[in-house]
Amino acid sequence: AEVEETLKRIQAHRGVVATMVVNAEGIPIRTTLDNSTTVQYAGLLHQLTMKARSTVRDIDPQNDLTFLRIRSKKHEIMVAPDKEYLLIVIQNPCE
Amino acid sequence: MEIMYVYTRKRSEFGRPCSFSDRPAEVNVDIPPDPSMASSFILRNPVDSYVQHTSDMSEHEVNTERVEVESRGVNHVEGGWPKDINPQEVEQTIRFRKKVEKDENYVNTITHLGTLMEHCVKQNNAINIYEEYFEEEEMVEVEDEPPSAKTINVISKLTSFFDVLLSKRDPNVTKRTATHLSWHPDTCKKLAVAYSSLEFQQNMKNMSFDSYIWDLENPNKPELVLRPSSPLVSLEYNPKDSHVLVGGCYNGQMAYWDTRKGGLPVEVSAVEVSHRDPVYGAIWLQSKTGTECFSASTDGQVLWWDIRKLAEPTEMLVLDITRKGLLENALGAVTLEFEPTMPTKFMVGTEQGIVIACNRKAKTPPEKITSTYSGHHGPVYALARNPFYPKIFLTVGDWTARIWSEEIKESSIMWTKYHLSYLTDGCWSTVRPAVFFTTRSDGTLDVWDFLFKQNDPSLSLKVCDEPLSSLRLQDNGCVVGCGSKLGTVTLLEISSGLCTLQRNEKMLATAMFERETKREKILEARHREMRLKERARSEGQGSEVEERPVESPQEVLDRARKEFFEVIEVELQRQARAETQHLGGKVKDRAGEEEAAVVAAAQGEESQLPKDKEEEEEEEKDAA
Repeated sequence: AEVEETLKRIQAHRGVVATMVVNAEGIPIRTTLDNSTTVQYAGLLHQLTMKARSTVRDIDPQNDLTFLRIRSKKHEIMVAPDKEYLLIVIQNPCE
Repeated sequence: MEIMYVYTRKRSEFGRPCSFSDRPAEVNVDIPPDPSMASSFILRNPVDSYVQHTSDMSEHEVNTERVEVESRGVNHVEGGWPKDINPQEVEQTIRFRKKVEKDENYVNTITHLGTLMEHCVKQNNAINIYEEYFEEEEMVEVEDEPPSAKTINVISKLTSFFDVLLSKRDPNVTKRTATHLSWHPDTCKKLAVAYSSLEFQQNMKNMSFDSYIWDLENPNKPELVLRPSSPLVSLEYNPKDSHVLVGGCYNGQMAYWDTRKGGLPVEVSAVEVSHRDPVYGAIWLQSKTGTECFSASTDGQVLWWDIRKLAEPTEMLVLDITRKGLLENALGAVTLEFEPTMPTKFMVGTEQGIVIACNRKAKTPPEKITSTYSGHHGPVYALARNPFYPKIFLTVGDWTARIWSEEIKESSIMWTKYHLSYLTDGCWSTVRPAVFFTTRSDGTLDVWDFLFKQNDPSLSLKVCDEPLSSLRLQDNGCVVGCGSKLGTVTLLEISSGLCTLQRNEKMLATAMFERETKREKILEARHREMRLKERARSEGQGSEVEERPVESPQEVLDRARKEFFEVIEVELQRQARAETQHLGGKVKDRAGEEEAAVVAAAQGEESQLPKDKEEEEEEEKDAA
């Protein structure tokens, strides 16, 4: 229930295009997009997050990745990583 | 001749075990020392011998094999599901998901991540964190940076793909010269390069005849391989139809390709009616059908073709400047030039250093050759009209590059100094009327801007160590491709200062061309007068006194001459007076003769400028 609330709230913000929750194996748990797109995003972002995390930790082993933001021409992809799950939000930053 | 050794053995003897047995040593050869030879030995005493205590080192080279890079796509399929769950089954997946959602860990994690995410989302909505705070207007600046060029791509003809093929057959991979480059007319992302070996009779058996079309995105593998029956010397894209190319072969044939149909030529001209020497120039003509082209070769012929029917040429012209149409007298053509805005005229650069301007629409073949321009000591390797001033053209040959105006046939209006190495190719810039490029046989590319500096190239780049053989500028004027003798094509990007039109540039260039043309015209006129003088003087001395020069081109000349004569008269009279004072009447006759001779000499001199007039006066004084 709390989960629902949180996700609904995020989705309701201005400019948010999609929200999804992916587990460590890449299985989409909850998503607002169609399956194939979700699967694509899940696969690619999972790998990228792993790489980013390992980069941060290589430079400083005490450090860890807290958030990943990818801003592109069309929108911004925000990834909040965790040990087991990934929360991915795609937003159109309004300008 | 092969040397063979044949072994015969009985089948039953195969595979038999070998039995070895001992036997005592026996002396096979015994060569006793021959004392008679001892005398021919020289005793060395002392003998130098060296000892070195170091470790033996050897040198090895290692080069990794080139990695083949290919673009591939990846298709994402769902995965990661535990073994017992079939991803296609909706029920099972839903059940799994529900199970996960009930997990406590999940709830906590998501809540935590949710807050984090919300913060960022709100941040995004509140302010554009990547905003540009000071947006500057585009200022039109004068480019002060020094001209430069950057290599963007090097296409080496040998790719690992072809390496493997060729090295299997023959360990030496023959490198051929990139003799001609042609850019794709529309996209400028493709480049067609003709490769052939121009050395006389150097065709090795394993040299491949192929020429390639390269896509700039992929410099490792050619996009299309063109397979003619004989190596291509020149290759051109059809400006109207970008799928069609025409190529001139080393053996004189013409072939045309359609890139949609693959690498073999669609049609090849018949050997009997083609050229007898390599076709050095092949250019497409402006025609309604877009299928006409013409070619020139060192056998002295210029042939017109319609590619729909390559069995015979539509027209032929023999480059005989004595206008008799004899093939024996013909000059070999090395380059061809055609400007689409002037469809009836074209120009041919020859091996003998003469440029011939021809008119295609003349009635009789002798009249086709309108004029000749000679000035180079060696073959004219490149010929190009200035895209902004069609009457001005550039020729490149021997050790210089020369700029000519069509009206002045005696000599070029501007020329570069003599370089240390041959100039092999040249072309005008398509955007700036005062800029042109030349390549040299020491591997240097020169960029000349004669509004900026006239004695030296404004930019000189060493592209490679081997001679550069061809040059071609892309239509946008920023990228230039040069081909070298060993087959490497280098693409360079010119700095924007050299490829953007400057203010007043057109005006300045026009002014400069006009000035030079006028200078040459004056020189030409003077030469003509002098020659006339010479001729007239050799006909007879006496009549010369009366003769005045027939043409009196400028006011200055007339005025100067009049003044000059007046001064002479005054001098002579003064002389005469002085002499009569000393000697007497006899001298007057001599003075009279002298006067006639002096006047004749004065007219013969023809230097009417005031400066020379003074010199004459001094000479007069000395003579007196």
